[in-house]
Amino acid sequence: MATIRVQREDFDAGAEAAALAQGRADVGAVVSFVGYCRDEGGRLAALELEHYPGMAEAEVARVAEEVERRWPLLGLTAIHRYGRIGPGERIVLVAVAAAHRGEAFAAAEMLMDYLKTRAPFWKRAIRPDGVAEGWVEARHDDDRAAARWEAGGG
Amino acid sequence: MKAVYFAWVRERIGKSEEELDPPPSVATVADLVRWLSDRGEGYAYAFEKPAAIRAALDRVHARPEAEIAGAKEVAFFPPMTGG
Repeated sequence: MATIRVQREDFDAGAEAAALAQGRADVGAVVSFVGYCRDEGGRLAALELEHYPGMAEAEVARVAEEVERRWPLLGLTAIHRYGRIGPGERIVLVAVAAAHRGEAFAAAEMLMDYLKTRAPFWKRAIRPDGVAEGWVEARHDDDRAAARWEAGGG
Repeated sequence: MKAVYFAWVRERIGKSEEELDPPPSVATVADLVRWLSDRGEGYAYAFEKPAAIRAALDRVHARPEAEIAGAKEVAFFPPMTGG
Protein backbone atom coordinates (compact mmCIF):
# COMPACT_ATOMS: atom_id res chain seq x y z
CA MET A 1 0.00 0.00 0.00
CA ALA A 2 2.81 2.39 0.80
CA THR A 3 4.57 4.36 -1.93
CA ILE A 4 8.24 4.85 -1.05
CA ARG A 5 10.70 6.75 -3.22
CA VAL A 6 14.29 7.85 -2.71
CA GLN A 7 15.31 10.11 -5.56
CA ARG A 8 17.48 13.00 -6.68
CA GLU A 9 14.63 14.78 -8.51
CA ASP A 10 12.05 17.12 -7.02
CA PHE A 11 8.47 15.96 -6.53
CA ASP A 12 4.98 17.47 -6.84
CA ALA A 13 3.74 17.56 -3.24
CA GLY A 14 0.19 18.55 -4.14
CA ALA A 15 -0.18 15.79 -6.71
CA GLU A 16 1.23 13.18 -4.33
CA ALA A 17 -1.23 14.15 -1.58
CA ALA A 18 -4.17 14.31 -3.98
CA ALA A 19 -3.33 10.88 -5.39
CA LEU A 20 -3.99 9.31 -1.97
CA ALA A 21 -7.67 10.27 -2.11
CA GLN A 22 -8.13 9.98 -5.87
CA GLY A 23 -11.00 7.71 -6.84
CA ARG A 24 -11.74 6.63 -3.26
CA ALA A 25 -14.88 7.13 -1.20
CA ASP A 26 -13.48 5.90 2.14
CA VAL A 27 -10.78 8.55 2.70
CA GLY A 28 -11.88 11.29 5.07
CA ALA A 29 -8.49 12.87 5.76
CA VAL A 30 -5.17 13.38 4.00
CA VAL A 31 -2.32 14.94 5.97
CA SER A 32 0.91 15.82 4.21
CA PHE A 33 4.16 17.32 5.43
CA VAL A 34 6.89 18.81 3.25
CA GLY A 35 10.35 19.52 4.65
CA TYR A 36 12.26 22.36 2.94
CA CYS A 37 15.88 23.47 2.89
CA ARG A 38 16.36 26.75 4.86
CA ASP A 39 19.09 29.31 4.18
CA GLU A 40 19.81 29.76 7.93
CA GLY A 41 19.72 33.53 7.67
CA GLY A 42 21.99 33.62 4.61
CA ARG A 43 24.68 31.34 6.07
CA LEU A 44 23.70 28.36 3.93
CA ALA A 45 23.88 28.18 0.13
CA ALA A 46 22.81 24.53 -0.16
CA LEU A 47 22.58 21.21 1.57
CA GLU A 48 24.36 18.16 0.22
CA LEU A 49 22.43 15.06 1.20
CA GLU A 50 24.34 11.79 1.23
CA HIS A 51 22.43 8.53 1.53
CA TYR A 52 23.05 4.79 1.79
CA PRO A 53 21.65 3.65 -1.57
CA GLY A 54 21.14 0.02 -0.62
CA MET A 55 19.44 0.79 2.68
CA ALA A 56 17.59 4.11 2.46
CA GLU A 57 14.55 2.87 0.59
CA ALA A 58 14.36 -0.35 2.65
CA GLU A 59 14.56 1.54 5.94
CA VAL A 60 11.91 4.07 4.90
CA ALA A 61 9.71 1.08 3.96
CA ARG A 62 10.30 -0.52 7.38
CA VAL A 63 9.36 2.74 9.10
CA ALA A 64 6.23 2.99 6.93
CA GLU A 65 5.24 -0.56 7.91
CA GLU A 66 5.51 0.31 11.59
CA VAL A 67 3.38 3.41 11.13
CA GLU A 68 0.81 1.38 9.20
CA ARG A 69 0.68 -1.20 11.99
CA ARG A 70 0.07 1.55 14.53
CA TRP A 71 -2.63 3.55 12.73
CA PRO A 72 -5.55 2.46 10.52
CA LEU A 73 -4.35 4.09 7.30
CA LEU A 74 -5.82 4.01 3.81
CA GLY A 75 -2.64 5.16 2.09
CA LEU A 76 0.91 6.33 2.76
CA THR A 77 3.51 8.07 0.60
CA ALA A 78 7.05 8.94 1.63
CA ILE A 79 9.58 10.58 -0.70
CA HIS A 80 13.08 11.59 0.34
CA ARG A 81 15.54 13.37 -1.92
CA TYR A 82 19.33 13.19 -1.96
CA GLY A 83 22.04 15.22 -3.67
CA ARG A 84 22.41 18.99 -3.68
CA ILE A 85 19.32 20.89 -2.49
CA GLY A 86 19.13 24.69 -2.29
CA PRO A 87 17.17 26.98 0.05
CA GLY A 88 13.46 26.89 -0.72
CA GLU A 89 13.69 23.46 -2.33
CA ARG A 90 11.79 20.44 -1.05
CA ILE A 91 13.73 17.70 0.76
CA VAL A 92 11.12 15.29 2.02
CA LEU A 93 7.41 14.52 1.76
CA VAL A 94 5.25 12.34 3.94
CA ALA A 95 1.54 12.03 3.21
CA VAL A 96 -1.01 9.71 4.74
CA ALA A 97 -4.68 9.03 4.14
CA ALA A 98 -7.13 7.81 6.76
CA ALA A 99 -10.84 7.86 7.53
CA HIS A 100 -10.39 10.52 10.23
CA ARG A 101 -8.03 13.41 10.84
CA GLY A 102 -6.78 12.22 14.25
CA GLU A 103 -4.97 9.15 12.98
CA ALA A 104 -3.85 10.99 9.84
CA PHE A 105 -2.14 13.79 11.81
CA ALA A 106 -0.59 11.33 14.27
CA ALA A 107 0.61 8.91 11.58
CA ALA A 108 2.22 11.70 9.53
CA GLU A 109 4.05 12.98 12.59
CA MET A 110 5.23 9.53 13.68
CA LEU A 111 6.41 8.77 10.15
CA MET A 112 8.39 12.01 10.01
CA ASP A 113 9.87 11.57 13.50
CA TYR A 114 11.03 8.05 12.63
CA LEU A 115 12.41 9.07 9.24
CA LYS A 116 14.60 11.72 10.86
CA THR A 117 16.24 9.30 13.28
CA ARG A 118 16.31 6.08 11.24
CA ALA A 119 16.48 6.73 7.50
CA PRO A 120 20.17 6.65 6.44
CA PHE A 121 20.61 10.21 5.13
CA TRP A 122 23.24 12.74 6.20
CA LYS A 123 23.20 16.48 5.54
CA ARG A 124 26.20 18.64 4.90
CA ALA A 125 25.91 22.41 4.81
CA ILE A 126 27.50 24.30 1.90
CA ARG A 127 28.35 27.95 2.66
CA PRO A 128 27.69 30.83 0.22
CA ASP A 129 31.43 30.89 -0.67
CA GLY A 130 31.11 27.28 -1.83
CA VAL A 131 33.01 25.75 1.08
CA ALA A 132 31.53 22.65 2.69
CA GLU A 133 30.94 23.67 6.28
CA GLY A 134 30.72 20.21 7.78
CA TRP A 135 28.14 17.63 8.64
CA VAL A 136 24.91 18.63 10.31
CA GLU A 137 24.79 17.13 13.79
CA ALA A 138 21.93 14.94 14.92
CA ARG A 139 19.63 16.69 17.39
CA HIS A 140 18.59 15.21 20.72
CA ASP A 141 15.17 16.77 20.16
CA ASP A 142 14.72 14.48 17.16
CA ASP A 143 15.59 11.41 19.26
CA ARG A 144 13.09 12.50 21.91
CA ALA A 145 10.41 13.13 19.30
CA ALA A 146 10.90 9.62 17.90
CA ALA A 147 11.09 7.98 21.34
CA ARG A 148 7.69 9.23 22.45
CA TRP A 149 6.00 6.91 19.93
CA GLU A 150 7.73 3.90 21.45
CA ALA A 151 6.21 4.30 24.90
CA GLY A 152 2.79 3.90 23.32
CA GLY A 153 2.15 7.62 23.63
CA GLY A 154 1.49 10.19 20.97
CA MET B 1 32.65 -9.16 4.44
CA LYS B 2 32.19 -5.88 2.67
CA ALA B 3 32.37 -2.71 4.75
CA VAL B 4 30.80 0.57 3.63
CA TYR B 5 31.26 3.97 5.24
CA PHE B 6 29.21 7.16 5.03
CA ALA B 7 29.45 10.89 5.80
CA TRP B 8 32.29 11.83 8.19
CA VAL B 9 33.09 8.19 8.92
CA ARG B 10 33.87 7.78 5.20
CA GLU B 11 35.89 11.01 5.13
CA ARG B 12 37.96 10.16 8.20
CA ILE B 13 38.75 6.63 7.00
CA GLY B 14 39.44 7.97 3.52
CA LYS B 15 37.47 5.39 1.55
CA SER B 16 33.83 4.54 0.96
CA GLU B 17 34.14 0.75 0.99
CA GLU B 18 36.54 -2.14 1.40
CA GLU B 19 36.72 -5.89 2.02
CA LEU B 20 37.32 -6.92 5.64
CA ASP B 21 38.51 -10.27 6.94
CA PRO B 22 38.36 -10.00 10.73
CA PRO B 23 39.68 -12.87 12.90
CA PRO B 24 37.16 -15.19 14.61
CA SER B 25 37.65 -13.36 17.92
CA VAL B 26 35.81 -10.38 16.39
CA ALA B 27 32.24 -11.47 17.08
CA THR B 28 30.11 -8.35 17.45
CA VAL B 29 29.70 -4.91 15.89
CA ALA B 30 31.48 -3.42 18.93
CA ASP B 31 34.39 -5.89 18.48
CA LEU B 32 34.62 -4.86 14.85
CA VAL B 33 34.78 -1.18 15.82
CA ARG B 34 37.66 -1.92 18.22
CA TRP B 35 39.45 -4.04 15.61
CA LEU B 36 39.06 -1.37 12.92
CA SER B 37 40.26 1.35 15.29
CA ASP B 38 43.69 -0.31 15.34
CA ARG B 39 44.08 -0.23 11.56
CA GLY B 40 45.47 3.28 11.38
CA GLU B 41 45.07 6.93 12.18
CA GLY B 42 41.99 7.51 10.00
CA TYR B 43 40.18 4.57 11.54
CA ALA B 44 41.14 5.61 15.06
CA TYR B 45 39.80 9.11 14.34
CA ALA B 46 36.56 7.79 12.78
CA PHE B 47 35.87 5.50 15.73
CA GLU B 48 37.29 7.68 18.54
CA LYS B 49 33.82 7.98 20.10
CA PRO B 50 32.12 4.61 19.60
CA ALA B 51 28.86 6.00 21.05
CA ALA B 52 28.68 8.46 18.12
CA ILE B 53 28.81 5.65 15.54
CA ARG B 54 25.81 3.84 14.10
CA ALA B 55 26.05 0.52 12.29
CA ALA B 56 23.99 -1.63 9.97
CA LEU B 57 24.33 -5.31 9.08
CA ASP B 58 23.06 -6.26 5.64
CA ARG B 59 21.30 -2.88 5.44
CA VAL B 60 19.39 -3.15 8.72
CA HIS B 61 20.30 -1.05 11.78
CA ALA B 62 22.39 -3.08 14.24
CA ARG B 63 23.31 -2.47 17.88
CA PRO B 64 26.91 -2.73 19.16
CA GLU B 65 26.23 -6.16 20.70
CA ALA B 66 24.84 -7.59 17.42
CA GLU B 67 26.74 -10.66 16.13
CA ILE B 68 28.43 -10.12 12.78
CA ALA B 69 28.65 -13.83 11.83
CA GLY B 70 26.98 -14.45 8.47
CA ALA B 71 26.65 -10.77 7.54
CA LYS B 72 27.75 -9.94 3.99
CA GLU B 73 27.78 -6.16 4.41
CA VAL B 74 28.51 -4.01 7.42
CA ALA B 75 28.03 -0.23 7.35
CA PHE B 76 29.30 2.46 9.71
CA PHE B 77 27.97 6.00 9.75
CA PRO B 78 27.11 8.94 12.04
CA PRO B 79 23.64 9.39 13.54
CA MET B 80 21.18 10.11 10.74
CA THR B 81 20.30 13.71 9.85
CA GLY B 82 17.77 13.34 7.05
CA GLY B 83 14.25 14.67 6.91
